[in-house]
Amino acid sequence: MTRFFAWGTLLLGCVFFALPLVGMTEFSLKMRRGVYSLDAYAVVLADPRFQATFTYSVVMALATIVFGVLLVVPTAFWVRLKLPAARPWIEFITLLPLVIPAIVVVFGYIRLYNTSSFLPLTGSVTGTNLLLMFGYATLALPYMYRAVDTGLRTIDVATLTEAAQSLGAGWVTILARVILPNVMVAVLSGAFLTFAIVIGEFTMAALLNRPAFGPFMQLLGANRAYEPAALAVIAFAITWACMALIQLATRFSRHMRVQR
Amino acid sequence: MSMDSRGTSRHVNLNWLGLLPFALFALLFLILPTMKIVVGAFQTPDGSFTLDNLRGLNTPSIISSYVVSIQLSLITAALGCLVGFAMAAAVIFGKLPQQVRGPLMTFSGVASNFAGVPLAFAFLATLGPVGLVTVWLRAEFGINLRALGFNLLSFWGLVVVYLFFQIPLMILIIAPALDGLKREWREAAAILGATGAQYWRMVALPILFPSLLGTFALLFANSFGAIATAFALTGPQLNIVPIKLFAQIRGDVLGDPHLGYALAFGMIVITALANGLYIWLRVRSERWLK
Repeated sequence: MTRFFAWGTLLLGCVFFALPLVGMTEFSLKMRRGVYSLDAYAVVLADPRFQATFTYSVVMALATIVFGVLLVVPTAFWVRLKLPAARPWIEFITLLPLVIPAIVVVFGYIRLYNTSSFLPLTGSVTGTNLLLMFGYATLALPYMYRAVDTGLRTIDVATLTEAAQSLGAGWVTILARVILPNVMVAVLSGAFLTFAIVIGEFTMAALLNRPAFGPFMQLLGANRAYEPAALAVIAFAITWACMALIQLATRFSRHMRVQR
Repeated sequence: MSMDSRGTSRHVNLNWLGLLPFALFALLFLILPTMKIVVGAFQTPDGSFTLDNLRGLNTPSIISSYVVSIQLSLITAALGCLVGFAMAAAVIFGKLPQQVRGPLMTFSGVASNFAGVPLAFAFLATLGPVGLVTVWLRAEFGINLRALGFNLLSFWGLVVVYLFFQIPLMILIIAPALDGLKREWREAAAILGATGAQYWRMVALPILFPSLLGTFALLFANSFGAIATAFALTGPQLNIVPIKLFAQIRGDVLGDPHLGYALAFGMIVITALANGLYIWLRVRSERWLK
């Protein structure tokens, strides 16, 4: 009886999750009348706006990841090594982006960093790109910090640091050559999640008027029929790939731990 | 450790400097922008204190947008909790093969991140006017969804779409809590003569209650702040708070930027209440579920 209900619940749920995925895939193949074809994908991939916006978002995602790692790893390391008392505060701050909606944060950016302010970031293209990167880093902060902090928990930070110091290493060497390699798996899973978030992000890019992939998808969705479905399939594939890479990284780390 | 033991107060001060980059980042790109909104909600354009902005929210259109947003978030959070709980419980207690669990959790990770614009497209291709399911139902069974009153671009259509990321989020968060239910509790209840239903009603659910309510609050905030999905689905005309704020920032349709502050301030208050509840309940639930 229990097993019957369990299977029923699971199957109903699976149908609900599978249908939109099947629907979008099927629809994306229907561009040529009467037969299934990859025309919609060909049209999308050949679209110079797709190429431009997708490249822009990939570059932004990579920049966000680099900045996020440079910001989060030393901070999480320092908190664990020297300032355990600060942990609850840092954790609270890193969770704030889940509390404050992204649209509110970016509204604050626009009002705070306009051309007449003390830091006129929105006044230039580079400045706006920079601001958008900081915005993405804020969105990714909860995931990045948690991933890195969990990674640091599995190693003995104090001993590693002292050992490196007694061999004459400075802080940069310790971070880059001792700590970072040890938490690489955690950093990678944070990075892939950041990538997935940034690629599809819509609100911040749209409100800061940057030519990112999310606003382009929205624009195409308002004007075309079959291409949006193809874009959705591509976006889903990217999210799926990022999650698969996280799984892979985690599994890899388990092997390393067994070997030790 | 040993470094701290020889540390003087001068060392402690230097230690705090290590947090400076992070503190600066959080201040500039998280705290100050939010403060700007909160303070701006209580300011006139020339900077003096006022409550007029908040009073300005008291128009039928803005109030209805808050009501619709709150209803949408409550319903999607409730349904998401219910279905997500059922699915997680089915996998964990339903005597299903062990291999089911891993893929379900991985898929939940993907689906809870598959929100936004592409999700709207996926549903348009499925339940939209010429979507897969719509056409199939009409061709095979003569069922016309539109005639039955279902419209993807309506409130209930949005509920269905939001459930696609609400249910997986619930599964991700509640599964560890369900794992925390100890086998001994069920056995003890069974020895005392409790039926399965009694065990759930009198032991498991009271223990899970803080987790459930906390996740409900998180799901509520999650859907309250979401904009991209709704925007891609229905365009700027749907009357929910984030879309109203979006239009306000984009074009100053209301002609008064400080009303935008007040709108955003209202959002912060509501999501902060929901998340405050979540954090408080989480701390409570961790007492039992270790």
